[in-house]
Amino acid sequence: MRRDPEGGKFLRRRAAGAASIAVASILAFASVAILFVIVGHVVVNGIGSLNADFFTKIPKPYGESGGGIAQAIMGTVMMLLLAAVIAIPFGVGTAIYIVEFGRGRFAEVVRFAVELLAELPSIVVGVFVWALVVRNLTGYSGIAGSLALAIIMIPIIARGVEEILKLVPDSLREAALALGTPKWKVVVFIVIPTVLPGILTGIMLSVARAAGETAPLLLTALGNSFFNFDLRKPMAAMPLQIYTYAVSPYDDWHAKAWASTLVLIGLVGILSGAVKFFTRRWKHESQ
Amino acid sequence: MSRSIFSRRGAARAADPGDRVFAALVAAMSSVVILLVVGFVVLLTIDSMPSIKRFGLGFLSGSIWNPVETEINHLNFGALPYIFGTVVTSVIALVIATPLALGSAIFVSEYAPSWLGKPVSFIIELLVAIPSVAYGIWGLFVLVPLMRGTVEPFLQQILGHIPILGALVDGPPFGQDLLTGGVVLSIMILPTILSLSREIIAQVPRLQKEGMLALGATRWEVLSQAILPYARGGIIGAAMLGLARAIGETMAVTMVIGNSSTKIGASLFTPGYTIASAIANQFTEADSEIYFSAIVELGLVLLLVASVFNIASRFLVSRLTRRTGANNA
Repeated sequence: MRRDPEGGKFLRRRAAGAASIAVASILAFASVAILFVIVGHVVVNGIGSLNADFFTKIPKPYGESGGGIAQAIMGTVMMLLLAAVIAIPFGVGTAIYIVEFGRGRFAEVVRFAVELLAELPSIVVGVFVWALVVRNLTGYSGIAGSLALAIIMIPIIARGVEEILKLVPDSLREAALALGTPKWKVVVFIVIPTVLPGILTGIMLSVARAAGETAPLLLTALGNSFFNFDLRKPMAAMPLQIYTYAVSPYDDWHAKAWASTLVLIGLVGILSGAVKFFTRRWKHESQ
Repeated sequence: MSRSIFSRRGAARAADPGDRVFAALVAAMSSVVILLVVGFVVLLTIDSMPSIKRFGLGFLSGSIWNPVETEINHLNFGALPYIFGTVVTSVIALVIATPLALGSAIFVSEYAPSWLGKPVSFIIELLVAIPSVAYGIWGLFVLVPLMRGTVEPFLQQILGHIPILGALVDGPPFGQDLLTGGVVLSIMILPTILSLSREIIAQVPRLQKEGMLALGATRWEVLSQAILPYARGGIIGAAMLGLARAIGETMAVTMVIGNSSTKIGASLFTPGYTIASAIANQFTEADSEIYFSAIVELGLVLLLVASVFNIASRFLVSRLTRRTGANNA
């Protein structure tokens, strides 16, 4: 017996609606699962090799077990610090220019350049820094590595700080200007202090991003198995150490690579998780 | 917009000298960003010149990459196998990531209640924070064995006998191959496509959606007839940004793609190279000027292609987001 056509159509439409919800939910939960699967593997495989030596000793030669990646942790910290010192003035300065002073074509060009720079493949940054300084000036060195990381950080800082500066209400600027305050003082003593926590989170985010970069360091800092405090010499970094260990044939190194990945993800995750949390709360409060 | 206050006419003239200095200072800071972009293009072009002059367009169309001059094999740099690897892995990544990301975006912005949608998108977007070398090690030690032992034999079983699709899964499953490279990339670009798509879907005028619901449309009908047609351009833009990132991604791909064959064939089970992985693998080996120049030219190609997709994506997305301010209420 045939149902009446209207009823059949109605059921079909309802079914399609339900099916679309089911499909979207499945896709969303599959995507969520990916993060847990990856992080889960890193934790399970990495946690066994974490001990005091891992954080305080340098690698042992092939075949000997034990040792750690202290020199890589130190290299990463040193290069990130120097990179931040280089990148912060340019990143923040660019954002201030775009938001507070930018007008006309030049500001458009600056904004466009920030976008382009932000999406450059990181390996290309490595090639550029190699050709610019490694080749003739510095050789493979911590300085070159820092410079590559700084180039990666600048657009991230500029974008982040731009967003934050836009949150400052115009009435605040107007009030200060109306009192006869010169605009540079408005920016430096009123606008920036108002959003300083936001600016700091923007900087933290760029540090988190740069901490995980490997490809540009491969062509600039090169890596090192020993402690090296001299930024003019090749320097170790955690991502480089992970890469070297992971593609090596030794089981002990594989275990260390997993452990280093755990430490790196922990570091990056904490930094960027905190950033997301604070920016959300902060944006919420300021509106 | 705050910009308007300080740039209003006349404001500049009534200035304290500090203003001019400060404005010049931040303008100088921001010109460094422009200089960097110009510097990238100029420096890479200069260093690619020997290779461009010697091989011309053959660099892009030639498939023999031989850095060592011998009596039988002449030195030649043809990057086609690397370009092929990049295209194949990026397309695989898009094919896998776009439905996942779009489905998730629709789920979090249309179907899920906000207490569920917000954490779901937060978690998926955390994928972007995972360093590429971490995807690499996971890919190498978890995904590669899984692909070799389970997924690839399974694909061969179901697709192997179908005429055209069979060619895609031909040959022994290595695990370290183009397909695995594409799968790793798909995970890495998922958060990019998701967060842009979510923004785009949020731009669809609420009145259109509510109007359809009021007329008795089902959720699927609202989605397929109001949301998707409106958001189509922007979603394509989101996928393009994903593509731009997939093209430039280096470490994770380098660790799972095999880096051993420059064969161009139909099978996705062939180990290969991408442009980026070729640079990472061969850069420190470049021992002659022309070899180095050829590798820099690879970098230049990468830079240009990624930028073109990036610009196209911005264009598509901003056209959509600028058009409406309708949902700010």
